[in-house]
Formats: sequence, structure tokens, C-alpha cells
Amino acid sequence: MNVNVGIDIGSTTVKIVVVRDGEIIHKHYERHFSKVREKAVELVRAARGLIGEDTPLRCSITGSAGLGVAKAADIDFVQEVFATRKAVGVHVPQADVVIELGGEDAKIVFLTGQLEERMNGSCAGGTGAFIDQMAVLLDVTPAELDQLAQGAERIYTIASRCGVFAKSDIQPLLNEGARKEDVAASIFQAVVNQTIAGLAQGREVKGDVLFLGGPLFFFKGLQKRFQDTLKLDDAHAHFPALAPYAIAAGAAEYAGGTQKTYTVASLLEALEKAADAPVVANYLPPLFEDEQQYEEFKNRHAMHDVMTQNVTMYEGDAFLGIDCGSTTTKLVLIGADDQILFHHYQSNKGNPADVIREQLTKLYELCGDRVHIVSSAVTGYGEALIQNAFGVDFGLVETVAHFRAARHFCPDVDFIIDIGGQDIKCFKIRNKCIDNISLNEACSSGCGSFIETFARSMGYSIEEFCKLGLFAKHPIDLGSRCTVFMNSSVKQAQKDGAGIDAISAGLSVSVVKNALYKVIRAHSPDDLGQHIVVQGGTFLNDAILRSFEQEIGRDVTRPAISGLMGAYGAALHAKDNRRDTTTLIGTDILAGFEHNVRSTRCGLCENHCNLTINDFGGGRRFISGNRCERPLGGTKKADLPNLYKWKLEKLKSYGKPSGIANPIAKIGLPFGLNNFELLPFWTAFLRKLGFETVLSDVSTRDMYMQGQHSIPSDTVCYPAKLMHGHIENLLEKGVDAIFYPCMTYNLDEERATNHYNCPVVAYYPELLKANVSALADFDFMMPYFELADKKRFTKHAVKYFCGKYPQIKKKQVIAAVEDAYMAQDEYYIDVRIEGQRAIRYADEHDLDVAVIAGRPYHVDPEINHGIDQLIASFGLVIVSEDAVWQLTDAPEVHVLNQWTYHSRMYGAAKYVTQKENAQLIQLVSFGCGIDAITTDEMRAICENGGKIYTQLKIDEISNLGAAKIRIRSMLAAVEEGRKLAEQQNA
Amino acid sequence: MQNSKTPEATPAYSYPQFTEEMRKTYKILVPNMLPVQLGLICRLMKNYGYDMELLHTEGPNIAEQGLRNVHNDTCYPALLVIGQLMDAIESGKYDIHKIALILPQTGGGCRASNYIHLLRKALEKNGYGFIPVISLNFSGLESNPGFKLTKTMLVQVAYALLIGDLIMMVANQCRPYEVVPGSTDKAIDICMDAVTGRFTGERMVRYGEVKHLFRFVLTVFGKLKLDKTQKKKLVGIVGEIYVKFSPLGNNRLEEFLLSEGCEPVLPGLMDFCLYCIYNSVIDHELYSRNGKTAAIYKMVYQFVLGKQADIIKMMKKDGHFRPPMPFDEVRKKSHAIIGQGVKMGEGWLLPAEMVELISEGVTNIVCTQPFGCLPNHIAGKGMIRKIREVYPQANIVAVDYDPGASKINQENRIKLMLSSAE
Repeated sequence: MNVNVGIDIGSTTVKIVVVRDGEIIHKHYERHFSKVREKAVELVRAARGLIGEDTPLRCSITGSAGLGVAKAADIDFVQEVFATRKAVGVHVPQADVVIELGGEDAKIVFLTGQLEERMNGSCAGGTGAFIDQMAVLLDVTPAELDQLAQGAERIYTIASRCGVFAKSDIQPLLNEGARKEDVAASIFQAVVNQTIAGLAQGREVKGDVLFLGGPLFFFKGLQKRFQDTLKLDDAHAHFPALAPYAIAAGAAEYAGGTQKTYTVASLLEALEKAADAPVVANYLPPLFEDEQQYEEFKNRHAMHDVMTQNVTMYEGDAFLGIDCGSTTTKLVLIGADDQILFHHYQSNKGNPADVIREQLTKLYELCGDRVHIVSSAVTGYGEALIQNAFGVDFGLVETVAHFRAARHFCPDVDFIIDIGGQDIKCFKIRNKCIDNISLNEACSSGCGSFIETFARSMGYSIEEFCKLGLFAKHPIDLGSRCTVFMNSSVKQAQKDGAGIDAISAGLSVSVVKNALYKVIRAHSPDDLGQHIVVQGGTFLNDAILRSFEQEIGRDVTRPAISGLMGAYGAALHAKDNRRDTTTLIGTDILAGFEHNVRSTRCGLCENHCNLTINDFGGGRRFISGNRCERPLGGTKKADLPNLYKWKLEKLKSYGKPSGIANPIAKIGLPFGLNNFELLPFWTAFLRKLGFETVLSDVSTRDMYMQGQHSIPSDTVCYPAKLMHGHIENLLEKGVDAIFYPCMTYNLDEERATNHYNCPVVAYYPELLKANVSALADFDFMMPYFELADKKRFTKHAVKYFCGKYPQIKKKQVIAAVEDAYMAQDEYYIDVRIEGQRAIRYADEHDLDVAVIAGRPYHVDPEINHGIDQLIASFGLVIVSEDAVWQLTDAPEVHVLNQWTYHSRMYGAAKYVTQKENAQLIQLVSFGCGIDAITTDEMRAICENGGKIYTQLKIDEISNLGAAKIRIRSMLAAVEEGRKLAEQQNA
Repeated sequence: MQNSKTPEATPAYSYPQFTEEMRKTYKILVPNMLPVQLGLICRLMKNYGYDMELLHTEGPNIAEQGLRNVHNDTCYPALLVIGQLMDAIESGKYDIHKIALILPQTGGGCRASNYIHLLRKALEKNGYGFIPVISLNFSGLESNPGFKLTKTMLVQVAYALLIGDLIMMVANQCRPYEVVPGSTDKAIDICMDAVTGRFTGERMVRYGEVKHLFRFVLTVFGKLKLDKTQKKKLVGIVGEIYVKFSPLGNNRLEEFLLSEGCEPVLPGLMDFCLYCIYNSVIDHELYSRNGKTAAIYKMVYQFVLGKQADIIKMMKKDGHFRPPMPFDEVRKKSHAIIGQGVKMGEGWLLPAEMVELISEGVTNIVCTQPFGCLPNHIAGKGMIRKIREVYPQANIVAVDYDPGASKINQENRIKLMLSSAE
């Protein structure tokens, strides 16, 4: 008799498979709640009877958290993907590709052709843990999520790169009332996209595909999304019953070839020995040495309380503040003395309108005839929805609300940090004015919901979980970066046998470090300010508050109503700005309140936005998902000058057919990256040589998806990723060749030490050639050219074109070069003239100018997601950096200024400081390494010139929520600053 | 080596210079990347009156310092290099009014040329704005009155580099098989001492002596007792120059590979220098940029190639060790994969080294890069598919390094690669 045991210790579960004489006689799995070693012992013990006491057996351990146990117990370890391959070979030999999703791991194995195995590296997005997190967000169990997904009617775009981003896509969808069914299916689609983009990386998934791992076995919705996306019929998509256990089965298979033999007893002994093994990890000092220290801490913070009075005892006017946050809804009712009469804090459960209707009804009952709600204000993510639904008097951006509340507790406040469920906001106060806002839109590590999901996944409430860490002797150092990385750090800590208390304390410290170093990028306590107010629900946890104080080495103010500050601020705002009558709906309308949601596609322009229409009855409705004002109807804002829009139209015009008779060839030009600037040049040049040029279409999400499969580097910027789609698009158009030169150097504008392109722009053609398989037998022209010097370019252009096309004469090339430079110059002049026109318009109409500083390709609507229109909707005239940089001298910069595009931005920033009604907004593509350098410089130039610096990070996500907050806060600050200046002048 | 103008276009900001005076009394702190090669160079510089100290510090405080002082989205090497320097400044070990720092600046199109500015910003923020930072560059980006590399010095440095590369190469071929644990490291020490023994005083070390030293290194390591009965998997390490070489940057990748029963194979530092030098030649070829510079650099290139050829000849004759492939061959091998104009970061050198390794039978490769490394999007991850097409036996894994990435994930990925290693 031959018994082999495979134990798979994953990030969330332990699985065991027992094989006797090639037949699986036992399989079982259980969540380990980070008690890895104990669980493994338990599972083996459970199989004891089945195996038999004296049966000799072989065993091997696998899984992401299995290595430590295997080492400590001296049991053979087998790499997981290797184990997967073993299992497939034995159980499903016909498979061509294996896709396996685990708790925090995703793997893909290509079996036919060239064997290749890939697993998720630094990104754990799109895995089982991700689905669990999303389920929590929707307030359903994972199984219910799957149920929901099967009733989906449409799919929303949810970022696929990592869980954090997906979350920030889902939240607004929920807040804006999207159907849960659709969101659920979209979540699964995001997982599919992540797998294909992140793992397949250019290799097509086809043939017999075997799906393994728990999520792919249990979630029918996920299976369907995979099948639909990969276009697999039932005969080629395999979802075997073995799916959740495949790796363990592989490990058992592997065990058969190992040397050591055990009996159940000796195996248990080895494992138990491992359970006692000493723990190795990096430790941090404890949060509190002892109970007494904790008491002192608690007493100090108890001082910042707010007066309360029961609403049933109060008589008179009252003011309502609502904070409709991303995960929770908060209501505060205050009286004439700012005392809190009523407050409520509740999870959104995916539908904030319901929560508010319920609470408002209750509130009206409590108020009776004694208390009159005379003014109301709403803030937060759901501001617009709630304001429309309930006729709230004021809507204010959350930063303003928080500042108002903080000022109440600490009149000298100069720094506010708010850590909420899913976002970190912090801002400095300078001259009683909000200045320098930091938001976490690239990363929500270090936010409440992360700890919360984490706590829940281990079976604790967030309060319990955080409390566990208070007295941990050795908090684990979990690093400070993205949530996803934290997940794996925790995994490692678990592997090393760290206890929950140590993990809890470590997470608290990580949250704080993230906020400090990732979002605020603080350097010393003085960087933050003298009078720091901390707030937001997350700070209600003493462990986090303590970590914060420890990290910055300074005591801070935490108002007792830390979690209610937004709502309290809104209430104060309502009180400050009270009008004669309130528009808040009364009891009568509230009683008949209904909320219907439907989705539709807007047909008013080529954006075709996905609109979500919320109907509340009584003519009150709210439309979201729109990028412009058009679908909202009513008074249309006059079309203000917008250089982004103008430039896009101008560049598109180079794509019009030239009508050249008998062209030598039809050459395609991809409409992306540096071609967004050089189209005039190449179009004129190639046409003069006798080619017809064909421009790829303006980028769309669909085009991106079309090229997604050949992207080799998942962390490259979105503008670069889009190029793959443009190539596919051109190929579809049936061009004879594609011309896309490599350009180490950009044009020389003589304002910098050198005139480079960034590495990605410079060499992306090389990457396309190497990764887009269709280009292998295609005429893909990617010569290396430099345009900075006309003579030198002519020489090399002659060499290249006369060499490739014998019919082209040198003289022709020389003439074409002349035309090309002329066309490019004309384009620059046009841009500048248009810029002047826009600025003059703003000056004449007393409007502000938003100078958007980015790269030429940020004009692409799929890259900027309509940010220009969003900014314009606030009544600003839009001008781009290339229209203004030359209007001023080059500013002094403290970095090596050696990239042409980036050097323009410095000039644009300086220009803004010299013009009263100009504001700077810098667009930064996520993953842009160069902008890590430029942003600090841009900020310095703006702030030294007395301007507010606003940065908007953009990505493949089309959610403009964070951008909106930024812009509104900036505008509020500008307005405040002007008011102040007027007062001082008066 | 880049064809750059003097930075008149943008007004320069002022920073403390490293003056002739300082040279006599200041200690120059050098961030570590390669203990052997840089160690040799530091010792060599003493002969020219520079007191240079290579930092051997480690520990989590370095990354912490980096995180605190550098924009988090900046690449990991910048974080570590600056972190290591800041950590040293605040260690209390040095008289901070008597130290200077040094960082290389290639002037290439990636972010690395900006490290020095980030370092200065960090210094200023912490109140150390008075500490001079020396830019080690050959492109005229910045000049330091007190730090001048003469031609003679450069030749000497080149010799030291060649010897250092040789020591590293043979040591890597011995360590996995050593019978007496620690004997390889001892041999390194013996060689280092012997070499610095030669490079003393203001005496110019002639090439004849250098050749002698090459032979000496081969003899010392040739005497090591090795046990080659167990075949080890050869694993090449390529990638971004800092994380490729620095144990601090790659979570002690070499040690890990050794513990997994592999023999790590690393290309030398001279390869990178040759790559930088040759790029001027390419710039002339492709764009007709500065022909004079190109001609000079071509001579330098040929000069070093000649020395490398000598080493290879000696190694072949000695017979104990695998010699490297002549660099010019390595360079040409990359043409089938990537255009020679890709010259930012590691550029064409990266695929070239992968191809070199594969053609020498080292088919298992770890391609290391900092998370989000711009040039490596193209030259590293971007070319792996192509390399596999041309060399189906290639078994490459790309690993990202950054302060948050956990070691276990990195090791898991490498193990996965090893599990299908031949």
C-alpha cells in the first residue's frame, strides 16, 4: 500500500489530500485564520483514522505560507506552481493552459508549446482575497455575491490592476446607485481582466483551459466571465471537482517521489515540533508599555469632547449635517450652541439614500414640534446624490466641512488629517485657508476599510482587532506601501508564526506610516504643523491614534467625535450660512420617498457615457456617470475656450485622407504618446514623399482591451499601454506599413540641460515590435531619428527612406524635411495663438484660467477621462502647458532638467505664478517615473510664487471623484484667499 | 558621455562645492553597490589624496531613512543609496563638517541622473545643506573643483575595476563548491590586500603589473579546494545595475541562490562602463551626434576590450574557470533582440547580457529591477518574450524590488523559475 499526503498551506486556507495507490481517498480544507501550523496539525489528525496508524506514508507541503512550516518541520517543500503542474499531468492531462486563483495568489501555467509558468508578483489584486473584500464592500457573503452576479445586465469598467483601485471604482458606483447585480458581475470581470493583463501578458489563452483553486470552483459568476472573455465553450473550459484541492493533490503526487517516510504519529510529531519553532521577524516597539500608560493616554484625549444635549429635551432651531462617505453615512443635528442633539453613524450597506431616509424619518419623529430643522448641508462622496434626493440646502466639498469642524475644536489648527474608510485626506491650513491637500487616490493602503476587511477575515470586529494590538509586546514590522504588499507582508508574518496581537499592532503602525510617508510624505512633525487635528473613523481606534503620535513624536488633538467631524462641519456650515427657508424635504414627501435606479447610455456626444439615473419621485432625480453637463439638461454653460478640446480636434484633422493619387504605400501612424505632438511633422513629411498616412482612431477603452493581451509590463503607464490597441487598430484598417520611430531625443527647446524623451516614450516601438505578434511579418518601421537638428535629421532620413524605397530621391527627402519642420512650427504657432485667445477670453470675462500641465498625450480623452471638461464645468478656461511655457523665463529648478516635455511644465508653473487669475493643475499618469521628480519641483515653483499646487493622478480608472474634490477644494481655497485679500485691502 | 550643453538654459541653483581645500581634510562617503570593485577603487583613490570610505552599513534603518527623505515613487535604488548616506550622516560616526558625499551621474535619460539632486534636497531638508555632494560624471553635468579625475587616474581605476570584476567572477565560481566554508571570502581578502599592496603611493601601476595581478587572482582561487561532484544549477543575475549587484537592493539574492543549491552568475561592472562608453559611438552612428567624442570613446572602448581579451586568454590558459564572453560579441548578440539605440538605464545591455548568459549555457536567469523602473519596462520585461522566441531554452523570471515587496513573494517567484530549471 502506498500512501501520499499533500498539504497545501495557502494565504487563507489549509488543504489536505491523501492519495492511496494513485486514488484520492481524502480531501479537506479549512480556513486557518492565520493559525497556520495548528491548522495543519488538526487536518492531519482528522485524517488519522483513514490512513491507519502504522501505514507508512510520504508527505510534502506546498503553498505560499507553507515554506516556513516545511522548513521548521523538515518536511519536503514543493513550489506551488510546480505542484499544480504535477496535479494537472495526472488528473487532467489534456489541458493546454491552467489558470489557478487562490486566496492571494493567481497563477497561470501554459503547458502546450513553450512551457511557461507565471504567478502574481508584487500585485495580489484579482484573487480570492480581493473577491472577499469586495463582498464585504457590498455587504454580502461571497456566495451571495456570486448569486448576484448571475443576475447582471451590464458590466461596469472596474480597474483591474489591483484590488485597491477596483475598490475606488466600485464605491462610487454603489454610492450612485448602480445595481448590485451589475457591480457583482463587474467585480468578477475585473478579476478576469487582472488575470489576463497581469499574468497572461501577451500570451493568448486558448485551447483546453483548466480552472483551479477555490474561487474558480465556487463562483459560477466568475466562471462565466472567464468563459465569455476568453470565448471558451463548455468543451474547452474545465472546472473540475478537484479544483480547490489541485495543489494539495499535486503535492501528494510530488510526495511519492520523496525519500522520507512517516507514520501519522511521526508526521504529527514533526508538525507539532514546527508549531513550537521560534518566531523570526522584524519587530517594532510596543504601542503601550503597560495599562497605566494607556490610561494616561485615554485621559488626555478625553478632553476634546463636545457638548451634547438630547434632542428630546431641546427646543428651538436645529441644523442638520450629513456626511455621506464612501463606506459610512454620518448624520449630526446641532442646536443653537453648537451642541450635538442627535448623531448617527452607520455603514452604507451600499445604499446611502436608504440609510438617510430611515434616519431622517426617525429624526423628524424625535423632533416633533419642538425642534425645527432650519438649515442643512451634505458633504462627502454621495453629496450630489443626497442633495438631490432630499433637497439638502448646501452641498460642500468634504475638505471644507472637515476644516470647519476642526476649527471648532482647535481654532489655531494648521494641519488636519482624516483617515476614513477608504480614503486619507489631509490638508494644511495657511492663512485660515485650505492649502496643500493630499488625498490618497493612487493607493488606499492605510485606510480603515483595509483593517476592517482584515479584521473580518480573521473573525474579529475592527474594534476588537485593533484592541488586540494595544499591548502587543512585539508588533510586526509590515512595511509601508500598498495594501496589496501589506497583504503579503502579513502572509510572511503568519508564515513566521506571528500572533494576531503582533499583526494587529503592526497593521496599525503600517496604516499610519502609509498616511505619513505615502500620502503626506511628511518629513518631520514640523512638516505637518504645530496644531494637528486628527479625525475620521479610523482614528477612533486607540491603537492607530497611538501609532500616529509615536510616529510623529508629538501629541495631537482627536476630537471625541472624530468619526463625525465631516457631518459636524457640515452642520456648522449649515448654521453659518442659514437661509430664510430650508429646501430639505419634510415628513410628507419623506413618507412617499422612493428611489429607483436605472442605467442608460448617453447619446448626446461621442463619449457615450454610461449614465446612472436615480429617480426619487416628485421630479427629483440625479444623474451620474456623466462627464459633461449635457445629459443634465437645463441651462447649458456657455462653451468656454478649452485648449485640450481644441488640440484634440486639431490633431484629429491630420488623420483626414489626403487624396494623394497612387501613393507608394499606405502608412499607419499610431495616435498616441509622442505622436500627439509630432503628427504635423510626420504627416507632412510622409505625404510629401508620396505616402498616404492613416491615423489610428482616438483611444477608447475598447481599443485598450483589444491590445491588452500583448502588454508585457503591467506597471507601465496607461498612455503606453494604449499603444498596443493603436497598433491593432491600424492593422485592422489595412495599412501597408506602420511608421513609429524610436526617439531617444526630443526637440530641443533650449530650456534644459538636455532634451530627452522619457525612456518609455523613446523606446516603446521596440517593445511593440518585440511583443505584438502580428508585427513579426509586418512592415513596422521604427528607425531611430532625432529631430533636434534639421541637417542631421535630413542626412539620416535620406539614408533610411532612399535605402528602403529606391524610387524616392534624395531631393524629395530634403523637400519633405522642409515641409515637415514648417508644418510642426505652424502647429506650435497655432497652439500658442489659440492659448492667447483663451487667456484673453478669460481676462475679458473675469474668469480663471486653468493651466493643465501634462504631456502632449494627456489630451487623449481616454487618458484624461474628461478631466478638462470636469474642470471647465466649474467655469474655468482650459489652457495647456505647451501654449504658455514660452511666455516666461525658465524658472530655477533644483533637479536635473533634461526632458523636453517636462521642462515645459516648469515654465508653465512659473507662468501661473505671474498671472493672478491662472491656476495650475498638473496631470500625472500613474506609474510615470519622471513625474516623481517633477511634481516636487512644480509644487515648489507654485508655492514659492504664492499659488496653490494641484496634482491630479490619472490612470485607467475613469472615476473622477477624487479629482473633483481636489478641484473644488482648490477653487474654494482660491475664493477664500481672494475674500481674505479683499478684507485686508478694505 | 552624452552630448549635452552647459546648463545655461535654466538658471543654476547654488549648492556647496567640493573644494580643493576640502580634498585634504574631508572624508568622502561612498554608498555601497559592489563591495569588491568599489572597495578596490576607494583604496586606490587614497593614493591620490582622497579619503574615501565605502559604507558597509545595513539594516532596516537605511530603507526607513530613504522613505523619509525621498519621494516614495522614486526608484528603489535612489531610496537605498540616499537612505544609506543619510543613515551614515546621522550615525554619529563622522564629523559632519568634515565629510562629503559622492554619487555617480551618467546623464542618461532615466531618472538615475537625478539621484544627486534628490540627495541634495534631502540634505537641505534635514539641515545638512552644507555637506558637499560630488557628482561622478564624465559628461560635464557638474564640476567639482576639488575632485578631478585625471587620465592617469582613470586608467588606474579601470585596472582596479578589471581586477575587481575578475575577483568577483572567479569567487562566484568557487563559493558554491568550496569545501572549507568561508575559504572563498578569505581568498577575496587575500586578493584585495595584494592588489591594494600594489596600488600604493603616487606610483602609476603599469599594465604589466596588472597582468601579473590577474594571474595572481587566478592562482589564489585556483588553489581553493572545491567539491564539484554535485552539479549545481547555474543562475544568471541581470537587471538594473544597483539591484542586480547590491545585496541591500536585492534582498541578498546571491545568498538565497546559494542556499537553493545554485551557482549565481553575474556579469561584471566593466560591462556597464563599456555600454556607457559605446553609446556615444552609437549616438554618432544613428544621429550623427558629436563625431569627435565618438572617436575618442571608440578608442577607450577598444582599449578596454584589449584588456578583457587578455583576461579571457589567461583564464582559458589557467583552465580552472569559465571566462566571460568578449564584450564586443555580447554587444552584437543583442542586435537580434533590441535596437542598439536603446540607451537609457541598462538599455540594450540588459538583453545583451541575457543572451550572453543563455549562449554560455546559463539558461536560468533572474532579471531584477526596481518596481516601476522605466527603462526596464522596455529593455527588461519588454524583451523577455522576444528572447524566448529566439532562445526557447531560456528560463527567465523578472523580479521587482521595492521597500514594501516581501521577500517571500520574491523568493517564491525565483523558486518557481528554479523548479523548471534544467
